[in-house]
Amino acid sequence: MDDKLSLVPVHQRKKSPLFQVAILGRAAKDSVIKLNPAVMAKNPVMMVVAVASVITSILFVKDLFVGLPFKLLLFEGQITVWLWFTVLFANFAEAIAEGRGKAQADALRRNRKETMAERESGKGKYETVPATALKKGDIVLVKAGEYIPSDGDVIEGVATVDESAITGESAPVIRESGGDRSAVTGGTKVLSDWLRIQITVQPGETFMDRMIALVEGAQRQKTPNEIALNILLAGLTIIFLLAVATLLPFSVYSVRAAGSGQPSDLFSLLSLLVCLIPTTIGALLSAIGIAGMDRVLQHNILAMSGKAIEAAGDVDTLLLDKTGTITLGNRQAVEFVAAPGITKEELANAAQLSSLADETPEGRSIVALAKQYGLRERALSTVEAEFIAFSAQTRMSGVDVNGTRIRKGATDSIYKFVREQGMSIPPEIEREVTRIAQAGGTPLLTADNQRGLLGVIYLKDVVKGGMKERFQQLRAMGIRTIMITGDNPLTAAAIASEAGVDDFLAEATPETKMQLIRKEQSGGRLVAMTGDGTNDAPALAAADVGLAMNTGTQAAKEAGNMVDLDSNPTKLIEVVQIGKQLLMTRGALTTFSIANDVAKYFAIIPAMFGALYAAQGSTHGPLWALNIMGLHSPHSAILAAVIFNALIIIALIPLALRGVSYRPMSAEAMLKQNLLIYGIGGLVIPFPGIWLIDQVIVALHLAPVG
Amino acid sequence: MLKQLVPALRATVVLALLTGLLFPLAVTALAQFMFPFQANGSLLRNEAGQVCGSKLIGQLFSKPEYFHPRPSAAGAGYAGEASSGTNLGPTSKKLILGLPDDASTKDVDESYSGIKQLAETYRQENQLKADEKPPVDAVTRSGSGLDPDISYANALLQSRRVAQARNLPVEAVIKLVDEQRENRQFGILGEQRVNVLMLNLSLDSKK
Amino acid sequence: MTLMGCEQIALFSIILLLLTKPIGAYIAAVMEQEKTILDPVIAPLERVTYKALGVKSGEEMHWTEYSFALLAFSLVSALFTYAVLRLQGVLPLNPMGFSTGLAPAYATNMTADLAFNTAMSFTTNTNWQNYSGEATLSYLSQMLGLAFHNWVSASVGMAACMALIRGFARHSTQTVGNFWRDLVRCTLYILMPICLVYSLLLVWQGAIQNFAPYVIASTVEGAKQTLPQGPVASQEAIKMLGINGGGFFNANSAHPYENPTPLSNLLQMLSIFILPAGLTYTFGKLVKDTRQGWALLAAMYAFFLAGALICYHCEALGNPNISGQSVEVSTKALGDLGGNMEGKEVRFGLANSALFATITTDASCGAVNAMHDSFTPLGGLIPLLNIQLGEIVFGGVGSGLYGMLVFAVLTVFIAGLMVGRTPEYVGKKIEQKDVKMAMLFILAGSLSILVFTALGSVLDLPAKDWLNPPGATYNNVNNAGPHGFSEILYAYSSATGNNGSAFAGLTGNTPFFNTTLGLAMLIGRFLMMIPVLALAGSLAEKKYVPPTSGTFPTHGWLFTALLISVILIVGALTFFPSLTLGPIVEHCLMHAQRLF
Repeated sequence: MDDKLSLVPVHQRKKSPLFQVAILGRAAKDSVIKLNPAVMAKNPVMMVVAVASVITSILFVKDLFVGLPFKLLLFEGQITVWLWFTVLFANFAEAIAEGRGKAQADALRRNRKETMAERESGKGKYETVPATALKKGDIVLVKAGEYIPSDGDVIEGVATVDESAITGESAPVIRESGGDRSAVTGGTKVLSDWLRIQITVQPGETFMDRMIALVEGAQRQKTPNEIALNILLAGLTIIFLLAVATLLPFSVYSVRAAGSGQPSDLFSLLSLLVCLIPTTIGALLSAIGIAGMDRVLQHNILAMSGKAIEAAGDVDTLLLDKTGTITLGNRQAVEFVAAPGITKEELANAAQLSSLADETPEGRSIVALAKQYGLRERALSTVEAEFIAFSAQTRMSGVDVNGTRIRKGATDSIYKFVREQGMSIPPEIEREVTRIAQAGGTPLLTADNQRGLLGVIYLKDVVKGGMKERFQQLRAMGIRTIMITGDNPLTAAAIASEAGVDDFLAEATPETKMQLIRKEQSGGRLVAMTGDGTNDAPALAAADVGLAMNTGTQAAKEAGNMVDLDSNPTKLIEVVQIGKQLLMTRGALTTFSIANDVAKYFAIIPAMFGALYAAQGSTHGPLWALNIMGLHSPHSAILAAVIFNALIIIALIPLALRGVSYRPMSAEAMLKQNLLIYGIGGLVIPFPGIWLIDQVIVALHLAPVG
Repeated sequence: MLKQLVPALRATVVLALLTGLLFPLAVTALAQFMFPFQANGSLLRNEAGQVCGSKLIGQLFSKPEYFHPRPSAAGAGYAGEASSGTNLGPTSKKLILGLPDDASTKDVDESYSGIKQLAETYRQENQLKADEKPPVDAVTRSGSGLDPDISYANALLQSRRVAQARNLPVEAVIKLVDEQRENRQFGILGEQRVNVLMLNLSLDSKK
Repeated sequence: MTLMGCEQIALFSIILLLLTKPIGAYIAAVMEQEKTILDPVIAPLERVTYKALGVKSGEEMHWTEYSFALLAFSLVSALFTYAVLRLQGVLPLNPMGFSTGLAPAYATNMTADLAFNTAMSFTTNTNWQNYSGEATLSYLSQMLGLAFHNWVSASVGMAACMALIRGFARHSTQTVGNFWRDLVRCTLYILMPICLVYSLLLVWQGAIQNFAPYVIASTVEGAKQTLPQGPVASQEAIKMLGINGGGFFNANSAHPYENPTPLSNLLQMLSIFILPAGLTYTFGKLVKDTRQGWALLAAMYAFFLAGALICYHCEALGNPNISGQSVEVSTKALGDLGGNMEGKEVRFGLANSALFATITTDASCGAVNAMHDSFTPLGGLIPLLNIQLGEIVFGGVGSGLYGMLVFAVLTVFIAGLMVGRTPEYVGKKIEQKDVKMAMLFILAGSLSILVFTALGSVLDLPAKDWLNPPGATYNNVNNAGPHGFSEILYAYSSATGNNGSAFAGLTGNTPFFNTTLGLAMLIGRFLMMIPVLALAGSLAEKKYVPPTSGTFPTHGWLFTALLISVILIVGALTFFPSLTLGPIVEHCLMHAQRLF
């Protein structure tokens, strides 16, 4: 995927090289183990190749004993070897794809600590039991320095937890009871304080267990589209099986009609069969699926099934939370508007004073903006003041300095404060408040008990850079984005238009979110969304792609079909792209595979029938004219086609694992591009490829020249 | 399945009667009323009132004073009850070179004229000059075996022979051929051609 | 090739194009029970028919029930025809006394295996004929036994196609229409009015229409000539319009009484293509995007024109073995009466013969106005390949479009993945079941053609064996060398494709060929139609997915080009090896002037 387009900073993404020596070695071993017929039977295309290999092996051994001429044995031997290679290459591709996941699973297993747990056995009493003995509903106490024994919900306490075992992120996170930060994961470590945790899973079903199983691909099930494609490939295989099998009687007829020549031999027929059935895509299909899962994992997203990734490719509607996804997540002060009779500097001064102790991003941004009005930076200690913290009752914060009570806060509360001081609200300010709200900003009012209203601080939601372009690309891909926000419709509309989303849902509640999903789905559209809270769970479950944040509640994580370990909601867009790339790779290689057949015909058919109807004294009949590549001899032609067919699998493994290159564009443009590369390319490439291999075969004296 | 069997039976009876009986009867009634000549086979009668053929169906002519139709694969030639082509393929020895008579079977004539023999016969009968070749329609058999037409080129090449046999000037015969020449329908459809029976009848009527 | 010949091909193409929309709109109105201008005349007849059938025309059917009705009707009507054929000797309207011993010496009894073959042939819309009409069949057999099927097998095809179109057009529903209603409405509203006018036009041009016994003429040179008679025009009309192709006479549309003039020939060619061409528009109209229909029509036109021009070109170049006998074949000298005139009529010439051969095999018609067996190898390869590709270029009534739609589904599935979405076609996601049914459809055709041809080309039987009196099956061919193989391949392709045209040299009237060809026809009809109906059911159940810019567009030239490639590659890859051993090698041998 193009780095420019990813919203995840490059340094955060874990890039492991496509091929590692250890993985290759293990894959080579696995590709032999996978010859087990029970395993092979799952892939009808390659099963046919395997059966063909067995038949040629038997025939070859028989012919060895019969003592056929060396020339023939050489041909038969090579065909046999290359047919086996074809099977092994397919297994190899799958093994490599699995390799990375297996390596990762091994690493996870190594990191998993066999821990003991303090289980509550009665009121205030604890017993020490192994973590594996914990059942759903048990309550455990975990203190600083201890590992959390299993997945659960914090029911008491606040603590910092190191979750790097799962997320790879070394900065500790805070876990506390209640709210959306209550979920803890087995295998993570409490750094400070203590937690009382209720276990929410049965032994063996912990997040870590599932993660290992998932990355390992142990329970990998074929996805719907993969099954459909498999049906297509199986169907084509049967058709070609028929076409090749009936060629034998057809050639018998022709030999009788020509009065000369030989009916086709089994080695040629089986070679033709293997070349015609879609071995390229058949060999790489499962590798493509595994690699897709793996690519998602490289983005630190855990997909619960391949189906979810596939569905991501089909998504028509993205529900994106405003905060954190579209906007930076915190508002910034961008303007001071002074009340009549008050200078900007006075307002800035008051705003700065009242925000000195305010460590929220908003507060800091006010201090920063005030600096632009020439105000010195003041340290907290230099001011003789009493800071009033924000409280839910007053909905204001502020500072008392020398009897001057400066307050800042939401419009209503400050209006109330001003009126309490017996002063009026200037209409100019009311107009300003409306203007800011309409523009999608948040007006923050400042007042004191002496001068009354001082002015308005314009807090603005800052849309992340590049989002507009991003949504435009999504639109080109046919994906609608809907912004979800708790803001009022006015504010929401303003931000929506600034961010360039297609639609928005304002004053969203879990219920309205759910309604929106149902509405979209009933129109035949697939919906993707992110969520973290417990009340997101039903929507996450209803959405076709539900990306839960790892920081979220256990309920949310279980409802979604993907979990983002980095808890970065923007990654939903990446997931969509990976899904598309997965489907595209399948389509591209299928097209390539089928288009390849044309050239193989022109190699094998003249080789098989080139001698038919030959004029007296000539070895080549009229059909040798179909040898448009000018291959040296029937043997070299067939061998070249079979070798090409095997090598192309190896050559395409990197593409299968990496996926075809993908840039967001309209379906039509994308189709044109891929058709050109994989359709036309698939038609053309085998011609020089087979020709070259034929040259090499003859140069190495592996087949006769004529 | 059984539930649909009764309607299936009824539909067979109803639709068979409607389409297989009523419809052809209705068309016959209309056709006999509107186009009786065509509907009854475009039959031609001689002076005695006997049917001497159909305008649309070719018939055998072998005498030199008549224009000859194309060779025919229908029965022994232009057998109306046995319409057929040769169904011989382009690499057929029989089609091109013909078959000789099998001397061992005296009663049966197995000989078959291939294009080679047909061309030679045509060349001799019509005394073609060295630079004249038989046109291909004159040596190939039609699909129906009942082709009523020959090409204009074929008719022209036969004119000399017919004129000679009838003691007519060649120009007069050619004039008749031109009169009988059918052009493309509406100037575009089909091919320019000469109906052999009509041409021969017009020759006879000229006597 | 001549300019005049190309102009005739162009004229045909343009007229067809102009007719597509009005016919398509009319079909849509009829099949979706909207008002039509013929309602005042036909609606009463329609009501009476439903009453006689005992069906409620308003009931909607699930695809399985729809299939049962279709199969039940096909079974019963096939048995009916079998009975008529076997009993024709005692039934009326038999002026020549066929099957009674009173007939002329050439008449043959309809044997059990021939009656089976013929009944299957007409039930399946194939109209393969292992008999010679004028020498075998009574007028009653022709009308009630065979022409009846020409009507209803066309309506059955139309019905199945409408079910599939409804599958695309409807959503979130279980039903695909009512078979009886589709059958009756297609017959009464579409076929009957057109056939009535069309039959009379044919009579006007010279086609016969009477119940008289055969006429014995005394020829000008004094010989006797039998002129067969019969109700030809009424049968000819539905034979062409219903894309059946079974001629009243052995020579089919080459016979002057069936197809007397170039104008009747043009009408016949148009009547083959007119319903399937219109159906593409019907499809577009019903899925509410006529561009979808035009895109399919464009693919059909591309195949049709390429085929017609190649075939015409090859026939015009002619056979070097003929020109080698110092015969004039040059089209420069003879126009369209040069080239390869073997098996062709003078009134049609090369262009109209090649055009007719292409049309009759693009569609599943099988009527011929020239003998395909005598075409040049590549000229004959075109009809053969057309059939093997599945007769989806216009194709049969209904069966052509549903075949094309199956290929569209496959195309979308293979190539559509390349846009990164689960493939969709006209708003329906193409999923497992759909792909399965599409593959079954293609598999059934390939299986039947290849396996039966294999059997027919090597089966060794003793001479005078009851199964095949000539002995080994390869003895039944009329031509030695590769052409004999082409005859067998063509026979099973034609039977499976429900086409009915032939490389007619093959002796097909033996128990072996009658039976195997009959089975091939059944497979080609019903084992392909049932998956289509299942597909229709599956599609109807799906939700409608509105197209977005992320959807693979299936209405532009790109899709048309893709569709063409998929059809060519799937078809060519399956049959190319067999074609190599038939027409292709024969082409090379013909130019080397090798004779067999």
